[in-house]
Amino acid sequence: MAMTNQELQKTANEVRKSIITALHAAGAGHPGGSLSSTDIFTYLYFEEMNIDPKKVSDPDRDRFVLSKGHCAPGLYSVMAEKGYFPKEELTTLRKLGSRLQGHPSMQYLPGLDMSSGSLGQGISAACGMALSAKLDNKDFRVYTLLGDGELQEGQVWEAAMFAGFRKLDNLVVIVDNNGLQIDGPVDKVCSPYPIDKKFEAFNFHVINIDGHNFDEIKAAFEEAKKTKGMPTAIIAHTVKGKGVSFMENQAGWHGKAPNDDEYKQAMEELERIGAAL
Amino acid sequence: MSEVKKIATRESYGNALAELGDEFPNLVVLDADLAASTKTAVFQKKFPERHIDCGIAECNMMGIAAGLATTGKIPFVSSFAMFAAGRAFEQVRNSVGYPHLNVKIGGTHAGITVGEDGASHQCNEDFALMSVIPGMVVMCPADDIEAKACVRAALEHEGPVYIRFGRAACSIINDRPDYKFEIGKGSVIKEGTDVTIIATGICVDSAIGAAEKLAADGISAEVINICTIKPLDKELVIASAKKTGKVVTVEEHSVIGGLGSAVSDALSESAPTPVKKLGMQDKYGESGTAGELVHKYGLDADGVYASVKEFLK
Ligand SMILES: Cc1ncc(C[n+]2csc(CCOP(=O)(O)OP(=O)(O)O)c2C)c(N)n1
Ligand SMILES: [Mg+2]
Repeated sequence: MAMTNQELQKTANEVRKSIITALHAAGAGHPGGSLSSTDIFTYLYFEEMNIDPKKVSDPDRDRFVLSKGHCAPGLYSVMAEKGYFPKEELTTLRKLGSRLQGHPSMQYLPGLDMSSGSLGQGISAACGMALSAKLDNKDFRVYTLLGDGELQEGQVWEAAMFAGFRKLDNLVVIVDNNGLQIDGPVDKVCSPYPIDKKFEAFNFHVINIDGHNFDEIKAAFEEAKKTKGMPTAIIAHTVKGKGVSFMENQAGWHGKAPNDDEYKQAMEELERIGAAL
Repeated sequence: MSEVKKIATRESYGNALAELGDEFPNLVVLDADLAASTKTAVFQKKFPERHIDCGIAECNMMGIAAGLATTGKIPFVSSFAMFAAGRAFEQVRNSVGYPHLNVKIGGTHAGITVGEDGASHQCNEDFALMSVIPGMVVMCPADDIEAKACVRAALEHEGPVYIRFGRAACSIINDRPDYKFEIGKGSVIKEGTDVTIIATGICVDSAIGAAEKLAADGISAEVINICTIKPLDKELVIASAKKTGKVVTVEEHSVIGGLGSAVSDALSESAPTPVKKLGMQDKYGESGTAGELVHKYGLDADGVYASVKEFLK
């Protein structure tokens, strides 16, 4: 039973509240990219992927690799929402003894398909998983989420060349094109544009979407599934910090946690958004 | 003993992979445009669909291996040691080591015996780089028999393993009927009482040669072959050091962070013993034949003999 857009939006809003709560409790972490990716995380975990929080070792499950590992708060929050672990655990983020390490570690948290944190590496692991499915004639699909700044890493293009050449049509690379990285706008630091043409040149099927519009998100993943003989790249145009007014489009909110006042304001805003849905 | 046919451990590597392919159906072999040199081409010929040439992209290759391992495959990743352990160090550390994935790395053409290619290709740092990764097993076989045993042991071991293989042909030294290989276990090649020479890889042969020369001078040298640099066979090393009171290490690697350092660490903790570390003395190699280079850098039997004599003075 497919979820309605309204249900997806409500779920995503809950995930955003969890992100803010976890980061506030941790006193550090990355809100900007977690919030820009929230709608994609939500669609993947609630609609797209063939997964079951009770069967984290199922060899036939779909896989997700968070190549931009610093957005772990977004991933953890959607996993908690989906039932992988209790939501209360989110406030242990980054703390000593927590399963929620600062960057995703599969050694700590069951349900993670790969450890990440060093930018540029996750996409290669995703290619390895997709290749494995091909070697064994299995049907599972592999999804990986990258930042637009991350595209500056050469390894991303080594992996893209491999995926295109190997025709890994069970692989979907999603780029969170929020336009910002730590030092400022991506096109002021070292421009990765045009992103779509680059992936096309590496033999990907490329789809540009508004990464906050569930109709477009759904259509893109459906199109990816129908695409044979080549991997798909979904370039999701997003707003960094989406959902919290003072975080939106601010490079400064890439990697810092809200203080008590900011936390209060952010939660009020998200409550209001939720109530209006 | 060196009259028998010599064989490079990289040849043994390729042969072992091909021989074990049926027994280990999950084994896949990855290479980065060096299959002819690393000898994985031998495996490729027999199992073409299980040999993945990743092109000249070692960092991506390491990540591909990590991803394959998460699905139950046992990838053997191959390149020159310089590029497997050097170029892709951080990928090994973060994508393989940290998640403790079941990835095996075969680094060939290690050390100065690469020869003519020169210092850009002579990796004298791989033991150091791989040893600092928690949970990584680091091995360096001394001959064909040990190299093949290493490959099997790596496939049977659960977790990341690095094995160094050489380009140059080397003598067979382990052709004993009672030879048994175990990860983490060294072996006494020759017993002695005056000095312990601990060597790894191609240098074991030099240590044996040096011990013969020392014997002619009335010096009784114990020769130990350490194939597993990490975890080190501390018990064997400490027992021998306690017996002889003097230790010389020999490796085709920097004296910083390799076998010599591992032995010194083990001894300084529980059996302080003077240690002389032979190897690359914080220097790059250079072009030349393998034989010329091991001679110039004092790692052949003559060089080891001279250094031991000097050390015992
Ligand atoms: C290899 C590597 N270099 C540097 C960093 C530090 N770092 C963490 S996040 C980040 C910026 C990422 O920007 P982007 O990919 O655009 O992510 P997003 O905007 O989605 O948060 C950097 C440089 C890292 N984690 N890994
Ligand atoms: Mg960005």
